[in-house]
Amino acid sequence: MAIDQDTVLKVAHLARLHVSAEQSQALAGRLSDILNMVDQLQQAEVDNIAPLAHPLDVSQPLREDVVQPADLRDRVLPLAPASEGSCFLVPRVIE
Amino acid sequence: MTLHKHTLTELKALLDAGKVSARELTDTFLARIEALDGELNSFVTVTAEQARREADAADAARSKGDTGLLNGLPIAHKDIFCTDGVRTSCGSRMLDNFISPYDATVVEKMRAAGAIMLGKTNMDEFAMGSSNETSFYGPVKNPWDLSRVPGGSSGGSAAAVAARLAPAATGTDTGGSIRQPAALTGITGLKPTYGTVSRWGMIAFASSLDQAGPMAQSAADCALMLQTMVGHDSKDSTSLDRTTDNYLADLDKPLAGLTVGLPEEFFPASLDDRIAELTRETARELERQGAKVVSVSLPSVKLSVPAYYVIAPAEASSNLSRFDGVRYGYRCQDPVDLMDLYKRSRSEGFGDEVQRRILVGTYALSHGYYDAYYLRAQKVRRLISDDFARAFEKADVILGPTSPEVAFQLGAKKDDPVTMYMADVFTIAVNLAGLPALSMPGGMIDGLPVGVQLIGNYFREGQILNVAHRYQQATDWHRQAPAFGGEK
Repeated sequence: MAIDQDTVLKVAHLARLHVSAEQSQALAGRLSDILNMVDQLQQAEVDNIAPLAHPLDVSQPLREDVVQPADLRDRVLPLAPASEGSCFLVPRVIE
Repeated sequence: MTLHKHTLTELKALLDAGKVSARELTDTFLARIEALDGELNSFVTVTAEQARREADAADAARSKGDTGLLNGLPIAHKDIFCTDGVRTSCGSRMLDNFISPYDATVVEKMRAAGAIMLGKTNMDEFAMGSSNETSFYGPVKNPWDLSRVPGGSSGGSAAAVAARLAPAATGTDTGGSIRQPAALTGITGLKPTYGTVSRWGMIAFASSLDQAGPMAQSAADCALMLQTMVGHDSKDSTSLDRTTDNYLADLDKPLAGLTVGLPEEFFPASLDDRIAELTRETARELERQGAKVVSVSLPSVKLSVPAYYVIAPAEASSNLSRFDGVRYGYRCQDPVDLMDLYKRSRSEGFGDEVQRRILVGTYALSHGYYDAYYLRAQKVRRLISDDFARAFEKADVILGPTSPEVAFQLGAKKDDPVTMYMADVFTIAVNLAGLPALSMPGGMIDGLPVGVQLIGNYFREGQILNVAHRYQQATDWHRQAPAFGGEK
């Protein structure tokens, strides 16, 4: 399936990527190439086939909900592009 | 013979016999990295000071009787594994400034076994690529021919081992990222059964496919490494809780009674005749050792590349949503508002291929397209997995080429994603089915290595390592080293 520039811009917004109108043209071509290749999937006979999410038949394991020390704040906060006190800083979101 | 030429297994014997110290070994490889990696670009970060400290500690521990399986052996880690206090970039501008506050389980386990970290190896950005050209740190060169790619995404690990800048390295394999670079650089690399090696601290690309594994000169070396990498980890919910196999015990087992399956789909008319012939010659060698060769069929494998390029980008688009410019990683300059901060941090922090895959994945998961793409791809995944199950009723192991071609020229496919994706045409099905597989050197074409792939049934890493080891006892393709770096 081919996708157009408008769809590229819409999907880029959903993915929180900045794509200029100029870039969207080239991207539409590239992404259409990929989607055309992927369209071979339409040949497959998949009626009555169950989807496979995990190759081995394992269920999600459960563990006890136990409090564990995670005293990493002093190591984690300095990794942030901007922080103050015990908070991450972002541009103002509430006027 | 100079120290760097030895296999990991041989170096372990030298250490155990007291003929060499961990410090001597570490200094040897650090000197080679210093002298040669400028041309190769296989390392993103070299941790020389830390490595020397660890080596001295390993020597001290040994003198007190420590016999950890990897005690004193220097290795390199792909820069996808978090390493406490050391930059973990994942080949991306997004994480160029990220100093991990913890170790990945794989790193922790290998450290506990006495391994010494030489540094972090270059890779395709977020492991997305088959040529190592998508790295923020520039492409890695293939030591067999510096104008060619080493494969990817674990291209730095592969080139470093091939050039003998490290005796072994870790890699990760989502669609062939251990096996294809191993093939293109003439080394041995193994992707274990999904869930065998913990993914904790391994930066996620496609969580239902990602698996870490060893890359080294020989199958015996891979067995040695794998032994220390596996095991249940409660921090990875997909980690399997089962008894650990002994991969070293059966390495020498004779091949009499073994059935080797050759899938006709792995020998299409379009395949390079020379690669097909070298692969068949590998089968004949196994026959000479008592194995029986049969034909098997994997009809749905032809759909593995399209299925993969729905599933992997879909999972990646979700996994990579955590990179938002807020908590760690790259942030754009002077964002006007929060949306601008997210969008520009991500589009400036991620390279082109990563953004393409995020867009494809977001599209495939978006309203109205889920059934046509993601759900259908997951159903095709079942067909592929069922094909392998039928094939393993007839054969113990499956043999085929690893890559449809030898190492290609740098830049040859860089701007054509779909052509690049076909580099993994023989490796991807294994990830979709979650099976173990290895690539080993099986010959040369025009001075470039050719890889042969052995696929095992679930949890049969020991069996494919055994077959590869027996093959390597009778042949010397795995001992061929590039002229690059030579006798230094």
